[in-house]
This record gives sequence, C-alpha cells and structure tokens, in this order.
Amino acid sequence: MEIALVVGFPLVGAALLALTGAQRRAPELNVAISLATLLAVAALVVRVIRGGPISAFDEQFFIDPFNVFLVALTALVGFTTAVFSRPYMRIEAAHGRLTERRLRLYHSMYQLFMAAMLVALTTNNLGFLWVAMEAATLSTVLLVSLYRTRASIEAAWKYFILCGVGIALALFGTILLYVAAEGQLGGNGMSALLWTHLDAAKGQLEPTVIGLAFVFLLVGYGTKVGLAPLHNWLPDAHAEGPTPVSAVLSGLLLNVALYAVLRCKIIADGALHSDLPGRMLMGFGLLSVVWATFFLWRQRDIKRLFAYSSIEHMGIMTFAFGMGGPVASFAGLLHMTVHSLTKSAIFFAAGHAAQTAGTQRMDGIRGLLATHPSVGWGLMLGTLAILGMPPFGVFTSEYLVLTTAMRDHPWATPILLVSLAVAFAAIFGRVQPMVFGETQAPALPHPPSLLPVFVHLGLVLALGISIPAALSEWYRLAAHLFVR
Amino acid sequence: MPAPTFSAQVLQTLAGALLLISFAMLAERRSRHLVTLLIWQGAVLVTSTLLVAATAHLPHLFFSAVLTLVLKVGVLPWILLRLMRRLGIERDNEPLVNVPTLMLVGLGLVIFAFGLAQPVTALATTVIRQTLGIALAVILLALLMILARRKAFTQVIGFLALENGLFFAATTTTYGMPMVVELGIALDVLVGVFIFGVFFFHIREQFDSLDLHHLESLKED
Amino acid sequence: MTWAVYLWQLGVCLCAIGLAPLFAGWVGQCRALLQNRSAPSLWQPYRVLRKLFHKEATLANDASWLFRGAPYVVFAAMVLAAAIIPSLTTELPAARVADAIALVGLFATARMFMALAAMDVGTAFGTMGARREMMIGFLTEPALLMVLFNAFLMAGTTALPAIVQNTLTQSQVTLHPSLAFAAVAFVMVLLAENARLPIDNPTTHLELTMIHEAMTLEYSARHLALIEWASWLKLFNYACIGFTLFAPWGIATHGVSPGGIALAMLALVAKLAVAGAALALFETASAKLRLFRAPEFLTMAFLLAVLGLLVHLLLKG
Repeated sequence: MEIALVVGFPLVGAALLALTGAQRRAPELNVAISLATLLAVAALVVRVIRGGPISAFDEQFFIDPFNVFLVALTALVGFTTAVFSRPYMRIEAAHGRLTERRLRLYHSMYQLFMAAMLVALTTNNLGFLWVAMEAATLSTVLLVSLYRTRASIEAAWKYFILCGVGIALALFGTILLYVAAEGQLGGNGMSALLWTHLDAAKGQLEPTVIGLAFVFLLVGYGTKVGLAPLHNWLPDAHAEGPTPVSAVLSGLLLNVALYAVLRCKIIADGALHSDLPGRMLMGFGLLSVVWATFFLWRQRDIKRLFAYSSIEHMGIMTFAFGMGGPVASFAGLLHMTVHSLTKSAIFFAAGHAAQTAGTQRMDGIRGLLATHPSVGWGLMLGTLAILGMPPFGVFTSEYLVLTTAMRDHPWATPILLVSLAVAFAAIFGRVQPMVFGETQAPALPHPPSLLPVFVHLGLVLALGISIPAALSEWYRLAAHLFVR
Repeated sequence: MPAPTFSAQVLQTLAGALLLISFAMLAERRSRHLVTLLIWQGAVLVTSTLLVAATAHLPHLFFSAVLTLVLKVGVLPWILLRLMRRLGIERDNEPLVNVPTLMLVGLGLVIFAFGLAQPVTALATTVIRQTLGIALAVILLALLMILARRKAFTQVIGFLALENGLFFAATTTTYGMPMVVELGIALDVLVGVFIFGVFFFHIREQFDSLDLHHLESLKED
Repeated sequence: MTWAVYLWQLGVCLCAIGLAPLFAGWVGQCRALLQNRSAPSLWQPYRVLRKLFHKEATLANDASWLFRGAPYVVFAAMVLAAAIIPSLTTELPAARVADAIALVGLFATARMFMALAAMDVGTAFGTMGARREMMIGFLTEPALLMVLFNAFLMAGTTALPAIVQNTLTQSQVTLHPSLAFAAVAFVMVLLAENARLPIDNPTTHLELTMIHEAMTLEYSARHLALIEWASWLKLFNYACIGFTLFAPWGIATHGVSPGGIALAMLALVAKLAVAGAALALFETASAKLRLFRAPEFLTMAFLLAVLGLLVHLLLKG
C-alpha cells in the first residue's frame, strides 16, 4: 500500500503539474507533492522498521534493507530539491532565462523523474527496472535542454544518445539474464525476472550466460553511473541543465544506476563462483577515480568541476563494492548516502553562486561571503565535506574504504590516496577564491533558499558523528547481501 | 547435430536477412532509403515473431508481433517520414567517407559478436537460440552506425535499429520477455522517438542544420 | 563409358562455345527492350563474329608476340574453364583434374594476359584500362573465392561436380542463410568481372569510364573476334557457376545418357533465359558507379561472402 503511494504521488503530481500548467503556485504544488511523497516514504520506513522487508503486487515490488534507505534518501533529496528549486527557478525566470511554458515542462518532468527513480528502486522485476531507468533518462533529457541554448542542446543530445545506447546494452544483458533464468525458474511467468527469485536460485544459473549478461549490464547501467570511460555525458549534462536538475542527477540518478548494477552483481556473484564481477567493478571504479581527478584540474566551470567530483565519488563507491566483504560494502552504502546529500547541497550552493555572479565560470565568481554569506558558507562547508574532512560522514566512509583497501588490495591504496589528495588540492584551490575575495556583484532579486543546503550538511555531519541504529542495521543487512 | 526443422531454417534465414539489412544501413547514404530499410527490418521482425509464436504456440507472442507491426512498420516510420518532410531533409545525402573500412570494422564486430555468443549458443537447448549471435551482431552494427554518422536523423535511425536487434534477441532466444515488460519497452521507444522529434526542431532552431559537427563545442576540459 | 565421357566433355565445351554468343545476344535484346530501343537480333553476336573473322587483321607497329598471342590464350582459358564447370553433367573428366580454385586461377590467367597485351602497344587507353582491370580483379578474386568457400564448406569439397551432387541428393529442402549471402555476393562479383553496370558499361566508348573496352581498342579482326567471344564465354561461365552453386536443378548427375543431357540442356537454356533477363533488368535499373566507388561495391561483395561463411559457422557450430 505504502509502495503504491510512494510511486503514485509523483506520478499523479506529474500529470497534475502538466495539466494545471504554469500557474503562479506551481512551485509550491511541486513542493507539496514532494512532501507527500516524503511522508508516504516515512510511513513505509516506519513499517519496514516495525515489520521487516515487504513485498507487494504479486511480488513485483519489494522493499528490503538495501533499497529502503535509498528510497528514503531519494524522497528526501527530492523534497529538499523541490524546496530549493522554488526560489532558484524564480530567479532564473526573473533573469529571463526561462518562460512559463518551460517551467511547466520542468515541474512536470521533475515529478516524472522522481516517479521513475522510485519505481526503479522499489521494483523487484529486472524488466521494470530497465523500463524505469529508461524512463528516468527520457524525463531528464528535456530537463537538461531546458534553457534551449546551443550548449544545453548539445549536452542533452549527448546525454540522450550515450545513455540510450548504454541502456540498450543493459536491456541485452537483461535478456541474457532471462535466458539463463528461464530454464531454472520457468519461462512463461514473470518469475524468471524477479530479483528475489533469481537471488534464491542464483547458485544454479548457467555461469557463462550470467557472466556475459553481467558484462552487458555493467557497461549499460555503468554508463548511467558515469563510470569512465563512458562518463562523457555526465559533466555536460550537469553543467548545462538547471541546477536543481544537476543536483538530482548527481545526488539521486547516479545512485539509482549504481543500485541497478549492484543488484545484478549480487546475482552474478552467486552464479559465477569467481570474483570476476568484483574485479570488474574495482577496475571501472579505480579508472573513474583516476580519470576524474585528472580532469578536475582542467575545469573552468563550477558545475563541471563538481560533476567530475561526482564521477570520482561514484568511482570510489564502485571500487568499494567491487572489493566486497561486509566492511567495504558498508562503506559503499554509507558513501552513497553521504555523497548524495553533500553533492546536492553543493549544487544548491553552486547554483546560487553562479546566479549571483551571472556566470558559471569560476574566475567570474568571487567574494561570495560578501554578497551572500550563507551561499559562501554553504559552498565552503559542502566542499570541505565532499573532500572528506572529518567530522563529516564522507570522511567515515572514505576512511573505511581506504583501510579495507589497505588490508585486501594494498596496491590500490596509493592510487586512491594520491587521487584523493589531488582532488582535494584541485577543488579546494578553486573554491577558496570564490568564497573569499572581493566582488561588486549585486545581490539576487529573490532571497536564496539555503535551508536545504544546511539540512543536508547537518545530516552528513550527524552521520559522520554517529549512525542511527536502524540505518546501520540496514547497511549491515544490505552489506550481508554482497557477501557470497 | 540433427538437421534443424524447417521453421528453424526459415528463422535462421530471416536472421540472416536482418544482418544483411544492418550492413545495408551502414552503407546507405540517403536518409529516405534508411527509413525504408528500417521498415524492412521491422517487417522481418514481425515475420520472425509470428513464426516463433506459431511454432512454439505462444499466444502472447502474437500480441507482440502485432505490436511490432503497428509500432515498427507503421507508426515509427510514419513519424520519421513526417519529420523528414517537415524538416525538409527528404533528399538529404550524408557524405560517408571510407565505406570499405566501415564495412571491415563491421565484419570484425560480427566476428566479435559471434565469438561472444558462442558459449551461449553451445548450451543451446532450442535451435532458435543460435540466432543470439546474429542478434548481438545486429546490435553492435547499429552501435557502429550511431558512432559513424554525423547527422542527428541518421543517428536516431541507428538507435531504432539497435532496438530492433534487442527485440529480435528477446523473441528468438527466450520466446519474448513477459508482456508487461515488453509493453513498457515499447512505450519507452515511442516516447524516445517523440523526444527525438522535438529535439530535431530544437537543434535546427539553434544550429540551422541537423549536422552534428556543430555539436562539438563541449569538450572534456 | 570411358571414351563416351570424353566425348561428352568435348560436347560440353562446344556447347559453351556455341551458346555463349547467344546468351550475350539475349542479354542485349532484353536490355534494348527494357530501354524502349528496337532490339538487335538474337543472332547479332554471331554476325559480329563472322564479320570480324572476314576482316584483315591490323597490328600496331610495335606490337609484340604477346599482343598477338593474348587473344588465343584468353580464349583457351575460357574454354578450359567451361570444361570444368558442370553446366550440363557432373561426369566431367576435366573437373576431376581441376577444382574450383583452379577455375579462379584460369580466370586470373586470362585477365593477366589481357592486361599485359593492353599494355604491350603502349597507348594511353590500353594502359589505363589494364590498370583499372587489375584493380577490379584484385578486389573480385578474394570475393569470388569467399563465395566458393561458402559452397565448399557446405559440401565439404572443392570439386564443383561434388557440390552439385551434394545439393541435388539432399532428401529434404533445406534453407541455407549463408548461401543467400553468398548469392548476393556472387551476383556483385559477376557484374564486376564481366564489365557490366554498375562497374563498367559494356556498350560505352567513353574514355574516362571504360575499363574492358579500353583494353581491346587496339585489336581488330580475328583477334578482336576471339576477345569478344572470350568475354561472352566468361559471362556464360559465370552464369553456369552461379547455377552450379545456387540452382543446380536439372544437371545430369548419374551417368551420361542422351536423355539426361537433353533434359539438362533444356534446363540450362531456361535458366540462362531467366538469368539473362534478370541481368538486363538489373543493368537497366542501376546507374554506373564512379570508378572510385568500385572498391566500395566490391568490398561489400567480399564482406557478404565472409558473412555467409560466418553465419554458416555460427548456425552449424
């Protein structure tokens, strides 16, 4: 029941926003719908805490410790982003970059995107997972090109083609998975695509077929995770789309894509009797970290800078899950949570910073503390958090990843450490002059909404200091899924 | 190995035809002809789906054959042709350099696909599953086409050819995905084409052409 | 048995020599009809031959023995090729000596002598034609071999009669997707090898585009007659190879009885009629490709043949 509400609210909201159109109250409606979704998720979470995992609609949808916290995270960030986007988009409209019709498209697509992600997270059916991932791509394509500038259209086209191709490969992987499962689980019903059934029977699945399927699934969904070398769409889409979209892309969509990869990895692990999937994840993860760090140095655009930082962090998570084992998986799950919160907070702050300066070029943004101290502090604290400074939560998860790497794969530790250090220097060196320094930029026409930024950062800080019992229990149980 | 049944042979021939069309697409310069080839590909898909449905007695495959007929032979080409007319690119020729090299790369991809599918084919419980390699080859060739083309319109056609390869893989190797999933996929494809159509107009509005070499200003730095 | 077989062998060669101009005439007639021209007589090629044989041969001053000898070599190579191809019967002594790969060799020999002779007199056109011919040949030969390999793989032998036997003795109708690929590739090779559209136009004398005609410009009288005859034979041979590989029905397989041969003859004439009409139709419908597009066309043929091989290996493997 709760699942129906969780998915239903944004779907109905999308229709509602598309129909009622560009009313003056549309942003508030958007916030209300997101809040309703969040409340439904809260009810769901309460039920899971009381009664454990649930499944619904003929087992087509399910909630287990692995996806429950991601659902909660998605709804939360979805809500705060809606809160943030209200003043942000007003300012954009005041600057004349958006028309009313585009805003209507934006609000409607935003809710559709949320619905797609929530379906992807809660569905038990790998076929639906694919459909939802594709729907999430389709709904964000038009969001990325919202400004209709040359650069945004180019970015959206790249995003569309690259992710479309990637997701097509994932479909091929899904088909192969179905081929392998059909023999074991019976073809005609839906059973052969249900993740729980596959998980139960994973030991008997044909290893060669599953191995091939996993390669396709990893490359396919990995494109959406932004793993190097298939990450090309990511910086463009983040930089050229409106900031709320960058925030949800980075904070949520990448997580959902990684979630899809991991669900497949659990099955592949069980069927293959080898650590090949783990090694592939480690390889892609490490490559992404190194690649992103290298390109961090050359960025001139504030949103591109943090987009590359997202690639780097997705790489760290992928590497962590690749190592496997309870500790590394725990760290990976924690990192998914804190990265999502921190990165969306940074994008909020960066968006307002760019609005204040009238440009996204970092050498044009100066003296944020002077014009809007809250934006300046938000950006600064967010940057410190994402760079892994204690006591923020990112520090905890990165520390866990590094220590596990040191124990299990010592060769990877120096690569990770150097990358993290280089990323630190690159990002901090650029953010520092933006926050401090002198400026004559005028203040914004509407007061910026920095509440979401500090809520997110507060949560990250809290997670760095102590993790709530329920959450750490979920992490532990979910990490247990990864232990073969 | 026992001789395959007649229907399996027909299916293999259809798979061969699909591969042939993929290569033709790779070398075709006229956008108009590409749409025709796409229609042919859809027709081959419908025939093969009907064949599988009839031999395996699977009623839900009849539905998906009808769905394919409507979507891939009817609606999508119609949309594409309409778009071409409205964009005035019916007579567009795309300069393709070095078709022989492209063909040889394509051949390499086919070998790669067949090699990749070999272990799965070796386990085949049905004769039909042997077509998996061809399906994979069609998919990879469509990918190559997307990479090699410089016009937005032809990239989209490559995209649809990719989808066709996937559909062929699904019908011939597993007797089709569950109906609900297939409907979802069909919906996604349809919406995707609509968005592509919207995009054509945006691109042309901004760049006065559908040539993608204009869309190369965002670099990785 | 023994001497009768050799007699039949001779008969097959004579039949090829006799039928080849007729086939060329038929293609020409079909083409003319399709293009709304008044068609030349079916016997036009024979009249051309008679006219040429009655003329006095003129030779260039610096023509060597190569120039004079080439027409005979080319003609002989084509007749030998006709002896190998089981156009009427599979009981061919010559086919036991030489297989399909030797056949490709014979075509290559003819091509090489033709090109050398064209270069011999040292005119600009001859050299140009020879170079173009060699380029086309360089591309068609691998494609032709690949087409043949398709058939070899299926029959498990390189002997053409055995391939025919294999196809004809199969109990049930079998579809071979790989043969479909090979057939398309073969038609493309046939067009290119025989100087047909879209690679070359057999009726043109436009300097910039001609290939085959450029090589024969310096020839006259009986030399020219032999060369023309050889090129018609080549087309005939190619058609017969096509029948052997893809449509062997009607060819006499068991022993050589006059009845079987007569039946085979009828079938052959019928198949030639259809093939000639199809060729004319195709030529009318297509436009000549620019010369630098020819490699593209032929790579396509090669590729299709290789694809046929791959498909065969995949589906049987």
